[in-house]
Amino acid sequence: MTEMTARKDWMSLLAKAPPRALAVLWEGQDAPDFTWLRAPEIGAAMVRGRMGGTGAPFNMGEMTVTRCSLQLDGGAVGHAYVQGRDKAHAERAALVDALMQTDAADRVRAEVLEPLSADMTGRAKARAAKAAATKVEFFTLVRGED
Amino acid sequence: MYVAVKGGERAIENAHSWLAEERRGDPAVAELTIDQIREQMKLAVNRVMAEGSLYDPDLAALAIKQARGDLIEAIFLIRAYRTTLPRFGATRAIDTGDMACIRRISATFKDAPGGQVLGPTFDYTHRLLDFKLAADGEVPPAPQAAPRQEPTPHITGFLNREGLIQAEAASDETPPDLTREPMELPGSRALRLQALTRGDEGFVLGMAYSTQRGYARNHAFVGELRIGTVAVEMDIPELGFAIEIGEIEVTECETVNQFTGSKTEPPQFTRGYGLVFGQTERKAISMALVDRALRWRELGEDDMGAPAQDEEFVLYHSDNIQATGFLEHIKLPHYVDFQSELELVRRLRREAEGAQQEAAE
Repeated sequence: MTEMTARKDWMSLLAKAPPRALAVLWEGQDAPDFTWLRAPEIGAAMVRGRMGGTGAPFNMGEMTVTRCSLQLDGGAVGHAYVQGRDKAHAERAALVDALMQTDAADRVRAEVLEPLSADMTGRAKARAAKAAATKVEFFTLVRGED
Repeated sequence: MYVAVKGGERAIENAHSWLAEERRGDPAVAELTIDQIREQMKLAVNRVMAEGSLYDPDLAALAIKQARGDLIEAIFLIRAYRTTLPRFGATRAIDTGDMACIRRISATFKDAPGGQVLGPTFDYTHRLLDFKLAADGEVPPAPQAAPRQEPTPHITGFLNREGLIQAEAASDETPPDLTREPMELPGSRALRLQALTRGDEGFVLGMAYSTQRGYARNHAFVGELRIGTVAVEMDIPELGFAIEIGEIEVTECETVNQFTGSKTEPPQFTRGYGLVFGQTERKAISMALVDRALRWRELGEDDMGAPAQDEEFVLYHSDNIQATGFLEHIKLPHYVDFQSELELVRRLRREAEGAQQEAAE
C-alpha cells in the first residue's frame, strides 16, 4: 500500500478504483462547492505494448477514460482521469484531488484514500493468493532401477 | 453499380421490432443483465474487447446482449462506438514484467523462478459436460496460499543473459497506427502486431496452425504464457507528469523458436510475440506464431511461399469487420447489377444457339 502523499499516487489510485467503492466512501463527506473548468468528458487512450515485453512499442488498442477539471470555491484545482465512462466517478475523483490540496487533506486521506487503497490491495491480494494455490509443486518418482 | 431504390420502410421497421422481441426470447425466462454477461461470459467479453480494440468490459457486455451473442456483430458495434470517442492521447507502453499474474506457465523451463502457476484454466479438465451447472450455482471458494510479493521475471530474460536469444531492441519510437493512417505495405513489425492483436481469433488461429503443420516450418515452444493485470500510465499535459489512468487484464505469449542462423544472424533462438486484451490465451499464442512467421525477411530466412509468411495476405484478411462488411454486402439489393448479367447471359445463349444451328445446317 502506497503512502498517498504524492499527487501521482492518489490520482492513480482514484483512476483505478471501482466507482462503487469510491461512491460509498464519498457518501460520508461534505461535498464542497465548485465550478467546472472542464465538465466530465468521455474519451479514449491508445494503449501501447512493447515487442517481446521490452522492445519497441506498438499500438494494442484503446481503453475508455473519463476526464474532468474543477475548481473549489477556495481556489484549489482538481483534475481527474479515470478508467471507464462514469462521469460521477470522475467528478468525485477530481473533488478528492482538489481537497487533497487544502486543509482537508488529512481527513480525506484517512476517510477516503486509505480505506480505498486497503480495499483494492485486499482484492489484489486475494487474487494473488488464489493464483499461488495453483502453483505446481513438482516431485520426481524414484524409479528403483538399482 | 449502385442505384437508389425506395420502398421497404415498413418491412424494415417491422423486422427490427421482431428482432427486439426475438432478442428478448421467452418473457417467462428472466432477462440477462449486463452485469451477468460481464461476470459470467467473461471470455466472450474479452474477445469482443480485443477484436473491437476497445478495453471496456461493460460496453462489450452490452454489445454482446444487443448482438444476441453474435460476437462479430458485437465487435462491429464496439468498433462503431470507438470512432465516436475523442482520443485523449497514447499511453506509455505497459510493463508486462510488472504484471500481477493470475496464470504463468512455461513449456520450456520446468523450474523457472516464479514457478508454473496454472490459474483459472480449462487445461486438464476432462471436457465432459457438467450437468451440475444446469442445476445450482453454488461454488465453494477457491483455495488460497501465501501470495507472491515480488514481480514474476520474464523467462526470455534468462535466455537473454546467455545471449542465446535474439535481443529486442528497446526504443521509444512512435509506432504507426492503422486506425489513423491507411495501412502501407511492406509494414513494420509494430504495424503487424497491431493488426494481429485486433485480428479475428479464428483467422489468426488458422494461420498459426498452418505454420505448425509445415507451411513456414516454425517449430515454436511457448517460452512463457502469462495472464494478469497491469497498470496503464499516461502523461497528462496539464499536470506535467504521468499518472496511472487504469488497470487492464492482458494475456502475453512469448514463443521461442529454434533458428540455425542466416546470412545476417548467428545461430540462436528467435522470438514470436503475442499480447492481447483480456484472458485470451488461444489468441495470444496464435498471434506469437504468426508474428514469428512474418518476421522471415528481417531474419534473412527463405520465403517458402507459405500463406502465414505473406504479410499482405495476413494483414488484409485478418480484420473480421472489414471481412464481414464486404462479405455481407453481397446480400443487399444488387437488382440492377444482376439485371445486366441476366441480359448478358441471355444474349450469349442466343449467340451460342445461333452458332450451333449454323453448324448443323
